[in-house]
Amino acid sequence: MLREIRPAFSLVLFFTIILGVALPAAFTGFAQAVFPFQANGSLLKVDGKPIGSALIGQNFTGPDWFTPRPSALTGTDAKGKTIPTPYDASESGGSSSGPTNAGMVSNVKARIAAYLKAYGPGPVPDDAVTTSGSGLDPDISLENALRQAPAVAAARKLPAARVTALVEQLADHRLLGVIGTNHVNVLKLNLVLSGMTAP
Amino acid sequence: MTIQGFGYIALALILVLGSAFPLGAYMARIFEGKMRFLAPVEGGIYRMCGIDPARQMGWMSYAIALLMLSVVHFGLLYAILRLQYYLPFNPQHIAGMAPMLAFNTAASFTTNTNWQAYSPESQISNGAQMFGLAVHMFISAAAGIAVAAALMRAFVSGGLKTLGNVYVDITRVTLYVLVPIAVVATILLLASGVPMTFDAFANIHTLTGGAQTIARGPVALQEAIKELGTNGGGFFNANSAHPFENPTALTNLLEIWLLLVIGFALPIAFGRMIGRKREGIALFAAMALILGFAMVGDYAAEAANNPILVHAGIMAQPGNMVGKEMRFGIVQSTTFNTAATGTSTGAVNSVTDSYTPLGGLIPMFLMQLDEVAPGGVGSGLYGIVLFALLAVFVAGLMVGRTPEYLGKKIQSKEIKLAMLAVLIQTMCILAGAGFSLLTKSGLGSLDNAGPHGLSEMLYAWTSATENNGSAFAGLSANTPLLDYGLGLAMLFGRFAVLIPVLAIAGSLALKPKLPQSSGTFPTDGPLFVGLLIGVIIILGGLQFMPADTLGPLAEHYLMLKGSVF
Repeated sequence: MLREIRPAFSLVLFFTIILGVALPAAFTGFAQAVFPFQANGSLLKVDGKPIGSALIGQNFTGPDWFTPRPSALTGTDAKGKTIPTPYDASESGGSSSGPTNAGMVSNVKARIAAYLKAYGPGPVPDDAVTTSGSGLDPDISLENALRQAPAVAAARKLPAARVTALVEQLADHRLLGVIGTNHVNVLKLNLVLSGMTAP
Repeated sequence: MTIQGFGYIALALILVLGSAFPLGAYMARIFEGKMRFLAPVEGGIYRMCGIDPARQMGWMSYAIALLMLSVVHFGLLYAILRLQYYLPFNPQHIAGMAPMLAFNTAASFTTNTNWQAYSPESQISNGAQMFGLAVHMFISAAAGIAVAAALMRAFVSGGLKTLGNVYVDITRVTLYVLVPIAVVATILLLASGVPMTFDAFANIHTLTGGAQTIARGPVALQEAIKELGTNGGGFFNANSAHPFENPTALTNLLEIWLLLVIGFALPIAFGRMIGRKREGIALFAAMALILGFAMVGDYAAEAANNPILVHAGIMAQPGNMVGKEMRFGIVQSTTFNTAATGTSTGAVNSVTDSYTPLGGLIPMFLMQLDEVAPGGVGSGLYGIVLFALLAVFVAGLMVGRTPEYLGKKIQSKEIKLAMLAVLIQTMCILAGAGFSLLTKSGLGSLDNAGPHGLSEMLYAWTSATENNGSAFAGLSANTPLLDYGLGLAMLFGRFAVLIPVLAIAGSLALKPKLPQSSGTFPTDGPLFVGLLIGVIIILGGLQFMPADTLGPLAEHYLMLKGSVF
């Protein structure tokens, strides 16, 4: 038993230094040199200032923005009370409510009512009223975006066809018909939208 | 359910199963010591660490050395977690971890479990992630593969007193398999958007004039080894659902491949080592069939959606999106989560707690089958060999012959040890979950009422004991009961299986290798594959029937009735 002490200690220390310090440091150097945009979090910049990450959702509310999926993230306020902090990317996670959780069901019902009120009668896409796994989902389904487009266009006094065309233009489609889903990145959509002016 | 969905499952399985053959052949050559292109590097490591690579170890020395490595590494990680505030690479100034959480985390990563009772963004520094957790992801994976290699050697010939050298096995697996694949995967992940930076969190002024803080860090390398070594410990709380861990549908497919490929390569390597490829393919086929059925079943359950929500007015298609990411949708979420629970990876790309009852039952059942489809790296192979021993034993009982497996007589000693390994895990899961639910503290940890609460607790003990680390995220796991209880379950689940396996290997290695005769029960055909799957389901799964019925199955029927809690 005693003869195993030296190899065990040395092997653990050796691998800690090589795999735990040298390798990540080398990769960080490599990433910063070759993939600087991705390596630092895919930050989108406007006038040189970062306004968000292309991969992380942001909380948009109000009729003149495309609205992202509900986010289940919570934090605590100054008094220690739990408050919703949607799209706070210093943390991450889903709601963890089960399928028969009464609170979850009533939340979804309330969101369905709000969705129908904002975008008119019609189908309610699942992603529009359910919380995501990360609480930071950057995307909404194409159906959801197309349902929102006329209302957003109206609020911004833009022609509905132009906003719908923008959604179609920015949409990501399934690769080879199998890999991925048809969806739109909400931040990119709103970013282009914010630069649009009425004709 | 759509044709595209089935197409995706088929695509993922073809990619994995196809590449398992060349990788398995390569790994067999490593275990046989024939792959030596890094010999100078190896030599340097052995000299520096005082390892005699020529030393051959019996099963007992092999087990003692492995335990010693684990004890040392456990101690080091515990110290790193407690002291992380004072260590480098801590741009967020995260405080040291409390003792009970540090114990739980150290047990979790030493045992290749990667159960996360902590929230990484706020409780682990970049440094502790890198030289604490990520190193374990390499070493505990290599240790599991080393035990599988030792067991394989026991079947190669007769009258062997030794099983190899554990230090050499761990070093070679790390150098020749884990590091090269992880390096390539890291580069692909980096190109796809996974960050790798030592900078602090990014502070952003958003488009609407608000503020957003974005957590980031040296993620890409840890992400690669986390999947490849079937570890699962996410850099972020949301694990592979987080866009920085898994930004696109293509990275999701890559991660599924990484999760599964070594698990499926090992039976191929086994067949080659013993010189009977068909024997390896039989184990491979049993693993693939169980996993394939589970993937299709889980997809069907989630695509069927939650009738309560459909009744409330959401679209029935594409399916239950609660806790899932839009870029993955239904099938790419269920395929990932079944791949992760079929191996021993605690990674998730969607919240299993929010799956439909049957959608959550299938991942849990895969873990309860002792994770042999294809199982964790190494542990899956030795797990399925244990079941193969039990299967030939059952077949032997039916025809009244002494059972043999691969030319080795299977006698009462081996069967007792194999049963011990299977029963210890069952006991830990059922007794642990049962006891927790009798305590006030255990009940207080539950996030959901009704049968779903039972599922949460059962899932936690299953995941810990089977060294998976996947979680029904709702459970508040950072309590004294669960930190210490689950920590011990992880240690039992790892070492109370690993040591009997090595003892079986030692005993089998000594036995003479019998030639095949007309009376030998063939273990390389469809009949044996069917028998093996039957034994896995009955012995591994049936013991959990009552508990699974009261949890997920009861919830399923209540959900169909529209009940909520």
